[in-house]
Amino acid sequence: MLRFLSKRILEFVPVLFVICTITFFLIRLAPGGPFDAEKSVTPEVRRNLEAHYHMDAPLAQQYWDYLIRLSHGDLGPSFKKESRSVNEWIALRFPVSLELGAYAILVALGVGLAAGVFASLKPNTWRDHMPMTLAMAGICIPNFVLGPLLVLLFSLQLHWLPVSGWTGPADKILPAFTLGASYAAYIARLSRGGMLEILTKDFIRTARAKGLSERVVVLRHALRGGLQPVVAFLGPALAGLLSGSFVVETIFQVPGLGREFVQAAFNRDYTMIMGTVLFYAALILVFNLLVDLALAWLDPRIRHAH
Amino acid sequence: MPTEPHAVEKGTSLRKDAWRRLRKNRLAIAGAAIILVMIAVSLVTPWIAPYSYQAQDLELGAASPSREHWLGTDRLGRDLLTRLLYGGRVSLMVGFAATAVSLLVGVTYGAAAGFLGGRTDALMMRVVDILYALPFTLFVIILMVFFGRNIVLLFMAIGAVQWLTMARIVRAQVMSLRQQEFIEASIAMGFTKPRILFRHLIPNALGPIIVYTTLTIPNVMLIEAFLSFLGLGVQPPMSSWGLLIKEGVDTMEEYPWLLLFPSIVLSLTLFSLNFLGDGLRDALDPTSAKD
Repeated sequence: MLRFLSKRILEFVPVLFVICTITFFLIRLAPGGPFDAEKSVTPEVRRNLEAHYHMDAPLAQQYWDYLIRLSHGDLGPSFKKESRSVNEWIALRFPVSLELGAYAILVALGVGLAAGVFASLKPNTWRDHMPMTLAMAGICIPNFVLGPLLVLLFSLQLHWLPVSGWTGPADKILPAFTLGASYAAYIARLSRGGMLEILTKDFIRTARAKGLSERVVVLRHALRGGLQPVVAFLGPALAGLLSGSFVVETIFQVPGLGREFVQAAFNRDYTMIMGTVLFYAALILVFNLLVDLALAWLDPRIRHAH
Repeated sequence: MPTEPHAVEKGTSLRKDAWRRLRKNRLAIAGAAIILVMIAVSLVTPWIAPYSYQAQDLELGAASPSREHWLGTDRLGRDLLTRLLYGGRVSLMVGFAATAVSLLVGVTYGAAAGFLGGRTDALMMRVVDILYALPFTLFVIILMVFFGRNIVLLFMAIGAVQWLTMARIVRAQVMSLRQQEFIEASIAMGFTKPRILFRHLIPNALGPIIVYTTLTIPNVMLIEAFLSFLGLGVQPPMSSWGLLIKEGVDTMEEYPWLLLFPSIVLSLTLFSLNFLGDGLRDALDPTSAKD
């Protein structure tokens, strides 16, 4: 187990290296630079700025310096927001995204699992069709449509919830629901499919034949296997939930890392872009690893294969 | 070739069978009909649009739906119906073009990996694994910010990140097909590798490819809309559904119809494509159909 883990973690290094290289040269070779937007910059000031950030060195040299610094875990100073280093910006912004993502996961898992399992118990009846139609709606209504519509209804019409912000608990309801809705829909569909497959298996028939109540059959016996597709989906989904909330953070003005990244891209803040991409890539790798571990725990056959 | 007529005959009956199953799925048929109507409408948009997509009427400003402007106008007095029609052209075109890019790259790559097998396959799939770890939303944002916001780049960028899953699906299909006797037979008959790949392996993997393609189109359209929403996709005065939704959000308090109509049209399209994709999956792959 330990060997498996350390092998997987060692595999992260080449992956991150490739991503680092692609991103570095992609943004450096693209036209434009971080100091283009500042119109007042005279050629001397510009030269000084570039010298300050070592941007006057040959590109290969800069790349090497970046790699050296990265190997110490240092993502460098932010080019545009000089008050903090990139590490500090991520440390400041990511917890906000993490909190939003955590609420969204709660919404997604709570609503999605309940709907999916409920639908699977009476397939092809109205108790199946109704939640599945809702799930389809959840997938087809993008979050940048859902969010504004919710604001229109609950904030501007009913005045129940604030339009935007990130201070009190009431601020967090609409963003969490907006972000979680489509994931809830996917989870509902996946858990329904997984449950339907498991419920036809022999061991379920055995459990029923033993005279166990339907509740015990579903919750104790079927759920564990039926949830496997959901767990496999959770890896990329978790990374997406924790990171991909650019739109939701923009709509509700949540000061998270997603919004920070979009601004950094617009500002061509090279180090911020690099730092955020690498951070997210590491996050995706870690979550995929966690998912593999969870799948092994759920399915003994995979567990013993290692 | 002695094998040809037999193969054709078998293929037709499978297709008929799938068509029969698909026809019974009313939601999928409705979805297909809606998509066909949308494609037809976008093709003739320049001739049927009531106004020009950039024609402004500043005196009129944002007006609610009326007889002259069926769906109302935006703040610059541009006819919303016209902008929706032109936006649909862009959104559908991006959806189909980017999907075509991902289809081409994904099928070729996946089939090659699955067919060649061994070390080449391991290496090729390693590349896919690495690209999977790439936070692709961030990547598309970087591409759009740095390399200008033009439409060709937009669907290249989206297509470039969408081919990975296709490659995996096709590889798995090809690998399982490769074990079967008819492939062994064609190897024994001395057919060239490309011929076996394109004439025998890929056509037999067509079912999953079609299904996944149908489900990729709505995904791609979502990405386009998302980018336009962030101001990174299609630029005004051109129009796309994502852009219209963004403009609608900016003024939703005063002029809610500017948000509602584009949202409805985009969601309806995504609905149709998803139902069609689900229907095709049930029709082409009976083993996964609901029982």
